[in-house]
Amino acid sequence: MQKEYTVTVYTEDRIGITNRITVIFTRRGINITSLTTAETEIPGVYKFIITVLSEKSKLEKIVGQIERLIEIHRAFVHEEDEVVYQELALYKISTKALKNGNIEQLIRENNARILTITDEYFVLEKTGHQEELIALQAKLAPYGLIEYSKSGRVAIVKWSRRFHDHLKELEAQRPDNLKQARYTAHTEVSAEEESI
Amino acid sequence: MQQKDVLPMKPELAGKSAAAAVLPNISGSEAVIRSLIAEGVETIFGYPGGAIMPIYDALYDFQNEVHHILVRHEQGATHAAQGYARTSGKVGVVFATSGPGATNLVTGLADAYMDSTPMVCITGQVAAHLLGTDAFQETDVIGITMPITKWNIQVTRPEDIPGAIAKAFYIAGSGRPGPVLVDITRNAQVAKFDFEYKKCDYIRSYRPVPKLDTEAVKAAAELINNAQRPYIFCGHGVLLSGAEKELIALAEKAGIPIASTLLGLSAVPVDHPKYVGYLGMHGNYAPNIMTNECDVLIAVGMRFDDRITGDVTQYVKQAKVIHIEIDAAEINKIIKADVAVHADAKTALEALLELVKPQQHDAWIQQFREADKKEEEKVSKKELYPAEGGLKMAEVVRLISERTAGKAVLVTDVGQHQMIASRYYRFQDPNTNITSGGMGTMGFALPAAMGAKVGTPEKEVVAVIGDGCFQMTLQELGTIYQSEIGVKIVILNNNFLGMVRQWQQLFFDKRYSSTEMINPDFVQIAKGFFIPGRKVTDRADITAAVDEMISHNGAYLLEVVVEKEDNVFPMVPSGQPIANIRLE
Repeated sequence: MQKEYTVTVYTEDRIGITNRITVIFTRRGINITSLTTAETEIPGVYKFIITVLSEKSKLEKIVGQIERLIEIHRAFVHEEDEVVYQELALYKISTKALKNGNIEQLIRENNARILTITDEYFVLEKTGHQEELIALQAKLAPYGLIEYSKSGRVAIVKWSRRFHDHLKELEAQRPDNLKQARYTAHTEVSAEEESI
Repeated sequence: MQQKDVLPMKPELAGKSAAAAVLPNISGSEAVIRSLIAEGVETIFGYPGGAIMPIYDALYDFQNEVHHILVRHEQGATHAAQGYARTSGKVGVVFATSGPGATNLVTGLADAYMDSTPMVCITGQVAAHLLGTDAFQETDVIGITMPITKWNIQVTRPEDIPGAIAKAFYIAGSGRPGPVLVDITRNAQVAKFDFEYKKCDYIRSYRPVPKLDTEAVKAAAELINNAQRPYIFCGHGVLLSGAEKELIALAEKAGIPIASTLLGLSAVPVDHPKYVGYLGMHGNYAPNIMTNECDVLIAVGMRFDDRITGDVTQYVKQAKVIHIEIDAAEINKIIKADVAVHADAKTALEALLELVKPQQHDAWIQQFREADKKEEEKVSKKELYPAEGGLKMAEVVRLISERTAGKAVLVTDVGQHQMIASRYYRFQDPNTNITSGGMGTMGFALPAAMGAKVGTPEKEVVAVIGDGCFQMTLQELGTIYQSEIGVKIVILNNNFLGMVRQWQQLFFDKRYSSTEMINPDFVQIAKGFFIPGRKVTDRADITAAVDEMISHNGAYLLEVVVEKEDNVFPMVPSGQPIANIRLE
């Protein structure tokens, strides 16, 4: 059954990594509904937060294929109750609306705040879940909403550990990486070659 | 240690001085060649052009160290590199220029990616300041090849060249092997820098060889020890991991029959008492139908391609599945594994071998032999030893197999002849089956055979090619002539795109839409490239002709005109359950 899922991907900082990730969704005909990315608490490691409407079994395979990419550390798929998340929206509204008494109540009830005011317009900010942000948009429409802009999802995974610990585990596995099969035996560097 | 005051040295000199770790002030192009030499590269397949000219110029000084084979089309270079990699066990290397040179690599990269073949392609690119300006012969090769390479990278500064090449070789050859592309802008090729090479053996986000989960191995052994009808599938991963001996030892110790996938062929000698045949749409009858009879399936280094499973909803439902696979993304992708052993095949099999109990399942194996009789009666006997009618592909393959004692490297193209050759060639030695499996790339065989021969010059290399396939890459006869590559080329000519015609006959009411071919004189074409050849149309001549070809020293082309409208059986119709396998 189709449901909204959050996919998180931990990556190295590398040109084109967004493309490499999104192309895997494209191949299976899955539309990405939002995408947020920023550096994590570890310098050089980025986190992608992707929301999609799909099925869990499909997404688990996609996550496997994402993890196969060389510059990806880990990728996960989360159900809605496994993440704490927030989105942010900005609303540009005609200043004339301020003269209407109801707008104050709307701002209060929705925990929105005013970022700036000019002669022509003012900008409201609200954080919350997508439904709440859209609901406020609908309520503002009669007041002359000029523009609306919403962010992707920012999420914290409830069961996540420090990613540092994961990286440490990777380092611990390092000797295994050196053990190779058929295709590396021949590329042993001799002392002579190494000196070139 | 840095030695800024010494002059750049040729490798034969450099080797003598162990301290010369840094070569000051050399060009990016020279660095490319020196990096390849440091990786042990001896052979490059390539084609020059504007954006890669500085690298070719640098190559000119290293002709004694690196052998460059000038192909006739960049696609040919990729397939040659694939053939070379699969026979020699080394990473195949390709050079191509920007734009059309780079786009011509696409088919070979996709093929190598599907069939896990290690390859490093180095492409020239327009100068960095021209990137994105639609400059002459500029193409976004990184964007184009992103989904068909294991990794790719664009280098715009000379100092990044050694690191990129080191990473490229490490990634291409480790874990599940695959193709890698390194795109180098012209300015990086010509600019000078202080060169130092360090092989790559670690990337923190990349874990090519997973840690063996001993609990999973124990669980697998437990299943095998309690099985009544265990069954092994041998995939390409067995060859890639060099685990042929371990696999055979497991089969012998625990009395388990082994079937092979198309790319797993040659891992187990076909006359081994535990070997039961070849799987898939046109594989053997017994191994296909017995998939739904076994109680424990041990799939090693294979990915349950749809050409093997048919309808997955009616596939191996009765059995517990043990999947030994190095690529985690393949586990549970198509068939749910009851026990997943995410590991290199050799490591996993070694561990498993210790834990399995000696057993024999002779009655179970006997069931395969009984089913074989049905196939022999209905298909193989008539195919291999026909008394009348036109020549059969199978009898030609049988003769080649007999005359080479099953020890040649058999390179096949794609279609009916591929399935027939894979069915009837009696493989004896590992890594002697070179074919395009996942992609089914027509035109693969001729260039792949060149690479296979260069990779194993001591072996006889026979390319079995259809008349359609041959005409896709026949320009490589020029390479074969120029570089004196002694491959034997057999064209099985039925004047049809045979496999498509077979489907049209069986599933499209014999509406032969665009499958009949009016062909040129193939022997004359070979003559034009100074390659001797012979055309055979009668059964009476075929034995002598095969003998003549095998005993000929150097390249030779044998055209065999075969029965026009023959079909390949057995056949599992596409998307149907394997139980629907047809013998006629």
